[in-house]
Amino acid sequence: MSKTSRTVITMPAQAKQGSIIEIRAIAQHDMESGFRYSEAGKVIPRDIIRTFSCTYNNVPVFSADFYPGIGANPLLIFTTIATETATLEFKWVGDDGYEAINQAHITVT
Amino acid sequence: MKLLTFSLWLVSISAGFFTNALANEAALDSRQSSYTLMTAENKAMQDDASLNPALFWVMDGQGLWQEKSGQKAIACASCHGDAGTKMRGVATQFPKIIKGKLQTLESQINQCRVEKQQAPELAYESKTLLALTVFVASQSKGMPIAIEETQQNQKDLQQGRQFFNERMGQLNLSCAQCHQDRAGLKLGGSMIPQGHPTAYPIYRIEWQSLGSLQRRLRNCMSGVRARQFEYGSPEMAQLELFLMWRARGMTLETPGVRP
Repeated sequence: MSKTSRTVITMPAQAKQGSIIEIRAIAQHDMESGFRYSEAGKVIPRDIIRTFSCTYNNVPVFSADFYPGIGANPLLIFTTIATETATLEFKWVGDDGYEAINQAHITVT
Repeated sequence: MKLLTFSLWLVSISAGFFTNALANEAALDSRQSSYTLMTAENKAMQDDASLNPALFWVMDGQGLWQEKSGQKAIACASCHGDAGTKMRGVATQFPKIIKGKLQTLESQINQCRVEKQQAPELAYESKTLLALTVFVASQSKGMPIAIEETQQNQKDLQQGRQFFNERMGQLNLSCAQCHQDRAGLKLGGSMIPQGHPTAYPIYRIEWQSLGSLQRRLRNCMSGVRARQFEYGSPEMAQLELFLMWRARGMTLETPGVRP
């Protein structure tokens, strides 16, 4: 079973070459820790995002591992250097076949 | 002599409490949204669209608004059209008497679903009902809450006011004792807010999710060890009506973020 969810990327559409750009990546996800119990007393199985990665024109520039202690709808804010006009790809992979992909384009002058 | 000053001091303190309580209901200007009590980070989370997680529910709601549903296979948009124009200001008027019954925004959405779409009711606090509610409510963002006392809602408003002032639960506390008489003081480490429902449904960080005003009210009721009003009950609607009337004129912030 594969699942996905909404993601939002916020970053500048244009930048000067060599400048530092801020990227915000937020994903809609419950991040169920696996430590909680339902009202019936059963453990709610863990269902979290495991990894996040960002590639800039297919070159990895940022990645992160997620753990059960991370809250719902995780937001990542990170920076990179605007090197060239290209597409950035963002990918979240998680439990139970979860996968979400988003893209953003940047024009570097 | 010392004893006399002490008892005089006590009298003036309790007189102070009393006048405060009266003044709070009268002085509308001293009202504040609990937004003002939040940290700069949490304020930014609410204001900045790239940070506010509630926007995921708004987007879901936007999708549901267009989606055909029920035996009649019609969408909300089929009757109501463009939410941006047709739903603007709607949330500022709820809870509202419709066909003789006091309806909250949630119960009115369900009413529409059952009667017009012939679809099953949505469960309270389900993602779908929250998404539709927050989508509709966020169309009124920035508008003043417009509840007025009318001949029709007078009885419900009065009942709501009574619930607000009535002690309940094992701790024997009323809403008013904290959120009116002691608003601005501390309960544990946190400031007691005035309890104006200006941003519902809210993304509450403690909940890690979006939630309705009714969920928040049930929170307090369990906190004072009272029997909680049921979701969608007339009591809930009446209390909600009173709170919205109490916050009349204040700006609707939906979708809000609260700690």
